[in-house]
Amino acid sequence: MSTSPATTHYPAAPTSERVETRTLCVLVDNEPGVLARVIGLFAGRGYNIDSLTVSETEHEKHLSRISIVTRGTPMVLEQIKNQLDRQVPVHRVVDLTTGSPAIQRELAMVKVRGNGKHRAEAQKLAETFDARIVDTTPDSYIFEITGASEQIESFISQMLPLGLVEVSRTGVVAIARGAEGM
Amino acid sequence: MTEMTGAEMVLAALADQGVEHIFGYPGGAVLPIYDAIFQQKKVQHILVRHEQGAVHAAEGYARSTGKVGTVVVTSGPGATNAVTGLTDALCDSIPLVVITGQVPTHLIGNDAFQECDTVGITRPCTKYNYLVKSVADLPRVLHEAFHIAASGRPGPVVVDIPKDIQFATGTYSKPKDFQHKGYRPKLKGDPDKIKQAVEMMAAAKRPLFYTGGGVINSGRAASESLRELAKLTGFPVTSTLMGLGAFPAADPQWLGMLGMHGTWEANWSMHDCDLMIAVGSRFDDRITGRLDAFSPGSKKIHIDIDPSSINKNVKVDLGIVGDCAHVLEDMVRMWRGAHHKPDKKALEAWWAQIGKWRAKNSLAYRNSNEIIKPQYAIQRLYELTKDRDTYITTEVGQHQMWAAQFYQFQEGNRWMTSGGLGTMGYGLPASVGVQLAHPKSLVIDIAGEASVLMTMQEMSTAVQYDLPIKIFIINNQYMGMVRQWQELLHGGRYAHSYTEALPDFVKLAEAYHAHGIRCEHPGELDEKIREMIEVKKPVIFDCMVDPAENCFPMIPSGRAHNEMLLGDAATRVEDAVTEEGKMLV
Repeated sequence: MSTSPATTHYPAAPTSERVETRTLCVLVDNEPGVLARVIGLFAGRGYNIDSLTVSETEHEKHLSRISIVTRGTPMVLEQIKNQLDRQVPVHRVVDLTTGSPAIQRELAMVKVRGNGKHRAEAQKLAETFDARIVDTTPDSYIFEITGASEQIESFISQMLPLGLVEVSRTGVVAIARGAEGM
Repeated sequence: MTEMTGAEMVLAALADQGVEHIFGYPGGAVLPIYDAIFQQKKVQHILVRHEQGAVHAAEGYARSTGKVGTVVVTSGPGATNAVTGLTDALCDSIPLVVITGQVPTHLIGNDAFQECDTVGITRPCTKYNYLVKSVADLPRVLHEAFHIAASGRPGPVVVDIPKDIQFATGTYSKPKDFQHKGYRPKLKGDPDKIKQAVEMMAAAKRPLFYTGGGVINSGRAASESLRELAKLTGFPVTSTLMGLGAFPAADPQWLGMLGMHGTWEANWSMHDCDLMIAVGSRFDDRITGRLDAFSPGSKKIHIDIDPSSINKNVKVDLGIVGDCAHVLEDMVRMWRGAHHKPDKKALEAWWAQIGKWRAKNSLAYRNSNEIIKPQYAIQRLYELTKDRDTYITTEVGQHQMWAAQFYQFQEGNRWMTSGGLGTMGYGLPASVGVQLAHPKSLVIDIAGEASVLMTMQEMSTAVQYDLPIKIFIINNQYMGMVRQWQELLHGGRYAHSYTEALPDFVKLAEAYHAHGIRCEHPGELDEKIREMIEVKKPVIFDCMVDPAENCFPMIPSGRAHNEMLLGDAATRVEDAVTEEGKMLV
């Protein structure tokens, strides 16, 4: 009688299930340790964080909004939402991927070094992407670009041959479309 | 609204929350709180011998009363020593409020003497924790801590209080002035889902209740509704280790415990049922065994107060979030209201099948006139204590499983064991807490000689407070469960599972000013158990048992519920375990 490693006494890793990406918005009390609590939950339970942004959004109520982009199987993603939701300082967890349509944006600053033809090309490329020049020296630019993550990826990859030096990205922030608030 | 120091607020809040006993150990960073303890009479402090013992004692106290257990320890090592107990309480959903001292606010982060990052260390092993940075927050935090610990899925809450906050003066307020700003656990289940559940139950051919510790935590009402629902439907009932007692073991509908060392009938019923009704249980890996072969043909209903328990390990067909007591009560009402009747014919066939499984007599063992079999010792203990007001705690290992199999519980809150974390050394301090809460009751720690040595020093606590706990050691001179696995999985290479140089437990008892009894022969067992019960002192009972006995039935590594091994099959066990199985615990 043989047993494959996938059917051992401990639950086997769900290898065959598809992995999806989700953007979650989490409304939390802005208190000391709340971010450590959320990050610790992801680290301790082995969940992925692709990006994470956090800032206080309602100052009078001391509420912060955390946007998390995460990956997992549908069962793991449900766990992530439930595990977040049961934390004491968490008010709400909203899935902006499967829920109502949402807008997701990221901001990046992209430093490019070069002269002559490359410099002109970089500037032209920035124009087509609606990126702004926020710093300039005789042989460098810093562009600021806002958009969907894929758009930023595309901008960065096209800047690569033109002298890309450094990138700083905020990670995704997201909000549901329409008149309803979270 | 009165002016007082932070330390006095701690005692005022404890008293206002109805706390009568607090377990603790003093130290530099909690001296102001100890000074406040000294100057009041409402809350009695119980001095333990190690902070882990304080937390387990509070767990036993909480589990046997349904109240919140409380602990006070100092900063640094006081807090870190409490971590095992906190994790234990988190795993088994035991409500605790643990107050830790901290170095003064201005020294936090300076690597001060006896400083540690208590909130950082305890964040993953508590339901919630606080570092109090202003005395103005202290009353609210203390009252919130009790609310969070006891409500929803219960758990431990740590309140870390720097020494300067304990000295500072502020205004104290009573509990009723506070409501938590966001935390609102859902108690009532969705009525549509409950209706659907009841309809599924009415249509079931081979149904089964699989209940867990949540039914105990939910209180007496949950247990009563479970009994009523079982009576109304005629469905069989099994339970996890943590849920024992919620349904009476004397009831004919009881199948015994399920899981890795559960009964043949319970596990086969889990495997073959067509409707599983999980109530306050969490599909733990000791229960499910091999996941892809877990109860393959059943629809599953899962009732739990913690949404994250649902669909965590096993995908269920209907998840109901709510307190067991509320949901079970609604189920009883809806079953009656809709005039549902169980499928009598199908149920008769189901019970006939269960009868066949029962006939296996899976807990059978070969008794001996020469040597005490551990199962026999626990059976005799049960027979001689069952008509008394008895509470049982355990350590962790073979003796714990035998206790679960052979001690028959008729009521909830009578059985205190470390289920989720499996903490050796839990039982002795837990029995201290139980005895304190029930001074007139018989409190027995069914122990292993290895486990009990981990927290043996708490005998001193029991003696100090005249707590006549009975430490009933099933002494096989081995870490029995480790030895069993080494025998079955590692070719009988008993690496470090034999304890050389065990103490003389009778003399050890005497050294603690307790009473020691040794029993080496089956013929003298009854008489010596009676002596143990009669002695009005803490007792260490050294019951020398067969060192080679294994705990069966057993679902071996990598196997499903219908592949369990029985005691008679012991010789075949070695062939049955695969290479992959050896990787598992």
